[in-house]
Amino acid sequence: MGTPGGGRELRLVGVTKAFGSFVAVDGVSLTVPQGSFFALLGPSGCGKTTTLRMVAGLERPTRGAIFLGDDDVTFTKPYQRPVNTVFQNYALFPHLDVGENVAFGLRRRGEKDVRRRVAEALDLVELGHLARRKPAQLSGGQQQRVALARAVVNRPDVLLLDEPLGALDLKLRRQMQIELKRIQTEVGLTFVHVTHDQEEAMTMADTIAVMNAGRIEQRGAPVELYESPASAYVANFLGQSNLLRATVSERAADRIRFEVGGQPLAMPAARCRCDGAEILAGVRPEKVRLTVEGRPAEGVDLNTLAGGIVTDASFTGVSTQFLVRLPWGQEVTVFAQNRGVGDVVGVGERVVLSWAPEHTFGLDGAQDPAAGAEVEEPVAVGAVG
Amino acid sequence: MSSLGSVAASTAQAGGVTGAEGAAVPRRRRTPYLLLLPGLLWLALFFAVPILALGSTSLQTRVPGAELGVYTQTFRWANFPDALREYSPQFARAFLYAGLATVLALAIGYPLAYAIALKAGRWKNLLLVLVIAPFFTSFILRTIAWRQVLADEGPVVGVLRALHLLGSTGSLTATNVAVVAGLTYNFLPFMTLPLYASLERMDPRLVEAAGDLYANGLTGFRRVTLPLSMPGVIAGTLLTFIPAAGDYVNAALLGNPGTTMIGNIIDSRFFRVVDYPTAAALSFLLMAAILALVFVYIRRAGTEELV
Repeated sequence: MGTPGGGRELRLVGVTKAFGSFVAVDGVSLTVPQGSFFALLGPSGCGKTTTLRMVAGLERPTRGAIFLGDDDVTFTKPYQRPVNTVFQNYALFPHLDVGENVAFGLRRRGEKDVRRRVAEALDLVELGHLARRKPAQLSGGQQQRVALARAVVNRPDVLLLDEPLGALDLKLRRQMQIELKRIQTEVGLTFVHVTHDQEEAMTMADTIAVMNAGRIEQRGAPVELYESPASAYVANFLGQSNLLRATVSERAADRIRFEVGGQPLAMPAARCRCDGAEILAGVRPEKVRLTVEGRPAEGVDLNTLAGGIVTDASFTGVSTQFLVRLPWGQEVTVFAQNRGVGDVVGVGERVVLSWAPEHTFGLDGAQDPAAGAEVEEPVAVGAVG
Repeated sequence: MSSLGSVAASTAQAGGVTGAEGAAVPRRRRTPYLLLLPGLLWLALFFAVPILALGSTSLQTRVPGAELGVYTQTFRWANFPDALREYSPQFARAFLYAGLATVLALAIGYPLAYAIALKAGRWKNLLLVLVIAPFFTSFILRTIAWRQVLADEGPVVGVLRALHLLGSTGSLTATNVAVVAGLTYNFLPFMTLPLYASLERMDPRLVEAAGDLYANGLTGFRRVTLPLSMPGVIAGTLLTFIPAAGDYVNAALLGNPGTTMIGNIIDSRFFRVVDYPTAAALSFLLMAAILALVFVYIRRAGTEELV
């Protein structure tokens, strides 16, 4: 182990999958560079698993093409593709012991050194001592590791993970996230990870593609997606956002001035993905500061919104989560770190919200500001995607 | 069991039994035995008693000078080797025919069960009903119907003659082919249903996983589907072989004197020749032979290895 896999990049070109009249995947194009950890993130039913199954060869695309390097594998049988999958329910062979499960792919391809390579793969997932056990005798976390070893041992060009941590409890899931990232770095294989858990995607992936209703809404590095979401859906699905309806009053080369509820605000022109006059101005809750009305705000050139009333304050330890109702009724979320400095703000207090213009992002005003927000929070235990 | 026990305990309390809590424990222990009782009684009456009676009969001898069918207990163990010596060809034939029928039923039943369990989609239930449908008619009638199917003027012989697989005067009725065909047909549902159950229970994602791990369709079947359906294969082959080995209807209705199976001998010893001791001894020998074969088979197949 340790030598980087001789993988190739994975490329999807306009891939569409329709089941009858239902279009599960709608013209998805993306490139996954060799050796990267790529996450397909989206709620259940968004088409991410179908996309993965088409890469694995378990579904045939209705339109479009899939390439591994220069080879078109769109209609190649699953057993002829150098692609392996870690299935959501692990799909371990119950009649074979752990060692034979891991050896399955190597034996089918008539590889040499099966015994040594199986032992290495099991050591990689720290299960070397359980090679003679049957899958049913293992815990969920151990089965998950066997499924991973069974796929990794074949050194595929692309390793697909279908909600691999979905069935584990929260603590084990956090532990396995770190473990998966370590293994990916160690073996240097290309991982494509499907998940509905935005925290999981952000923790592990180099690149995330956010999927919604069969399409890719946005792709990029986790920080990029978080700081500059391209749509209301991404802004709400990846963390929380406050999206305010705004009217542009002036567009300069480097700065856009706009009004929210009659109060003038600004953002760098580069942070606005919108051309029209009606936009959504967004800011993340942790970027906003609360100041009791009448006191001077600290800092210069801040965006300020006055007239808010604190309607709720919940203390969570490291931070306090405030809900502030603005004069036109909209509620804004603010996370304030408990640093022990600044005003103590209570419910019912009149406050001013302030944040840096650089922390503002602008979106097309035609979108539903609540898109992606109603998606259920993933259940911690026994979640299914 | 424990939930049943607690139900019993709560009924006891509801019934106002004084000191119900103290009574609950022995009651809970007694419940399983009470539930077993009807079955045990049934077995004792209709299995253990007849077996003992049969065992006793198998050691009797004819009372000299007495009427036909009058026997007395003499503990003549030689009845067994005598019966075996005289009827060993029929024993061999019974096991050969039953074995052939089992292999044929497996060859027909496996693809059938596979198609119903994994490929039939919404037709699944209808096809299952069709598998069971023959049971709505009498076993004897269905076997007699096979005489028509295999008759010289019938469609099967016609086709076989046209294909020159059968001579122009060849026939199927009253042949060993007809007996094996009848056995195969009559016991096919017993093969198909357990196979269906085990294939239907299998997680189809395992087959996908095999494909993902470089196994083509055939290898995936051989390495995953077949091993996982082994409990069904074993149950089906036993449910076919055991009754087929003791069957006499098919040989009687579809065969000739040269296709007599051991079941026919037992039948005629009992009801025609009224030779109860030989019939009883043959029954025991058949039972012992089947038990021995099944034992070896299960040990070989290694059911305990299966999930």
